Amino acid sequence: MSEVLILVDAVDGKVSKSTGELATFAKAIGKVNAVVFDAALVSQLSAYAIDNVILCTGVDVSKFSPGPIAQSLAQLVSTKSATAVLITSSSKGKEVAGRLAVATNSGIITDATSIDADLVTTQAVFGGSTTVHAAVTHGTSIVTLRSNSIEPIAGSGSPTTEEFTPTISEAAKLGVVTSTQPAVKGGRPELTEASIVISGGRGTNGDFKPVEALADVLGAAVGASRAATDAGWYPHTHQVGQTGKTVSPQLYVACGISGAIQHRAGMQTSKMIVAINKDSEAPIFDLADYGVIGDLFNVLPQATAAISAKKA
Amino acid sequence: MKIAVCVKQVPDSWAEKKMSGGTLDRAGVDAVLNDLDEYAIEEALRIVEANSSTKEAGEGSGHTITLISMGPDRASEAIRKGLSMGADDAIHICDDAFAGSDALATSLVLSKAISDGGFDLVICGTESTDARMSVVPAMLAERLGWAQLTFAGSVAVDPAQSKVSIARSTEFGIENMEATFPAVVSVIEKINEPRYPSFKGIMAAKKKTIAVKSLADVGLAADQVGSKAAWSNVKDAVLRPARSAGIKVEDGGDGGTKLVDFLAEKRVI
Repeated sequence: MSEVLILVDAVDGKVSKSTGELATFAKAIGKVNAVVFDAALVSQLSAYAIDNVILCTGVDVSKFSPGPIAQSLAQLVSTKSATAVLITSSSKGKEVAGRLAVATNSGIITDATSIDADLVTTQAVFGGSTTVHAAVTHGTSIVTLRSNSIEPIAGSGSPTTEEFTPTISEAAKLGVVTSTQPAVKGGRPELTEASIVISGGRGTNGDFKPVEALADVLGAAVGASRAATDAGWYPHTHQVGQTGKTVSPQLYVACGISGAIQHRAGMQTSKMIVAINKDSEAPIFDLADYGVIGDLFNVLPQATAAISAKKA
Repeated sequence: MKIAVCVKQVPDSWAEKKMSGGTLDRAGVDAVLNDLDEYAIEEALRIVEANSSTKEAGEGSGHTITLISMGPDRASEAIRKGLSMGADDAIHICDDAFAGSDALATSLVLSKAISDGGFDLVICGTESTDARMSVVPAMLAERLGWAQLTFAGSVAVDPAQSKVSIARSTEFGIENMEATFPAVVSVIEKINEPRYPSFKGIMAAKKKTIAVKSLADVGLAADQVGSKAAWSNVKDAVLRPARSAGIKVEDGGDGGTKLVDFLAEKRVI
């Protein structure tokens, strides 16, 4: 049976749902080995379809991350003769994958939305306008997968556990984290993991309050167009688009966003798209399942109130 | 200090893109300097300005900025733009064998040009707007065995101590990192506002040197790059059916309520 490695992804001491997604894809390929660097996370892993947990010890990933993680995985690829390594498509995940591909002389595919039993990946490229099927042709398949790509299947019983002590080179430890400031969360879900995203653009005129209010009543993440982040109205980390994040939620609500290709590239694979814009000619309406021609400062508070009323 | 900035010519990020064979169709689209590389050039210029009495790059300041680019002949246009912003010179690795190269080959070629140059810092954008893999800076650090200081929202350099520190800014928050030279730095687009080339800069750029190198010049063979050496293979690429517009209503005072009714009916909320 082929061995697959998945890199466990966690935020604030909690294993991310994306780890369960990686396990679900890996299960179709072979034996699922979850690689984890924090012993405190091991007990949470039985929730997912994981056969074996490999706890890497002696690596301080809080101080130096992509280099040592990639090096640990490279050594595990060799000891396990792994056919594939699946990693979440985050900024760090992709860096780990890149270094791992170099270290193992393997091909790499990033931002896939699926990988099948034959290791063929699916990617939505050019902002979702084109679907590409591809496969790695050399070495181990190093693949990063976008969050929210599959519903995680549940685990059946406790996985086996083993410990592994990788050898980390001095070069991989260069570049030291001296201090950290956690992301300001405000209780909202991570943009790329959220099942609902409410985004604001130029039409907000810098006032994101109605956007945030609707997001909060729906438990949604807040996004922003490049126009809004360039104007300094919302943090850059929330930018959705060609040069920002790519999201694919169940519901995407674009508020006061015209829908330039730059923005569409980051959201047009969303399952359902709603647009609210004063300009009836705005290109965003061409891809919206439901469009409201109107002022977001009227429409959003009314929608927020209606949802609150339904919940009450 | 010797600073290298990796730059790439890409299809205009505001244009529609399509596939041709197994790769991006580059022929029919305007080619420009990758947006995100402009931030890297700007940051290099600011690092030099902050650490030089002459406030300008060039031999006189004791600091130099060299652009490094891998690409076809016409990539020289993008390189000229970077030179007109104020970089001192450029290395253009140009070879017919490059067509279809993957990120692994790109990082291999760049790493060869970098390790030959005796640089202290290599600065990159976080990704190119065409392939959008965002892996080349990390691959360069791995290949060169240098410190990886990526996704920098700010950069501070102390040339006397050969030290560079950054605030790494990602979805996980901010990590303050430091390393001694040499290091690979990638910068996010919020780090600065890239300058427009001045007329003086454009004129000066015409006289600056672009050293054109072949694959053999950087010590590589044709079978190490290009589509044949790409370790991933596109099986097929199909255009997704365009999304069609759905219901569109004018807000007659109850637009918000109607929207919620629609979402409830579709069971998305």
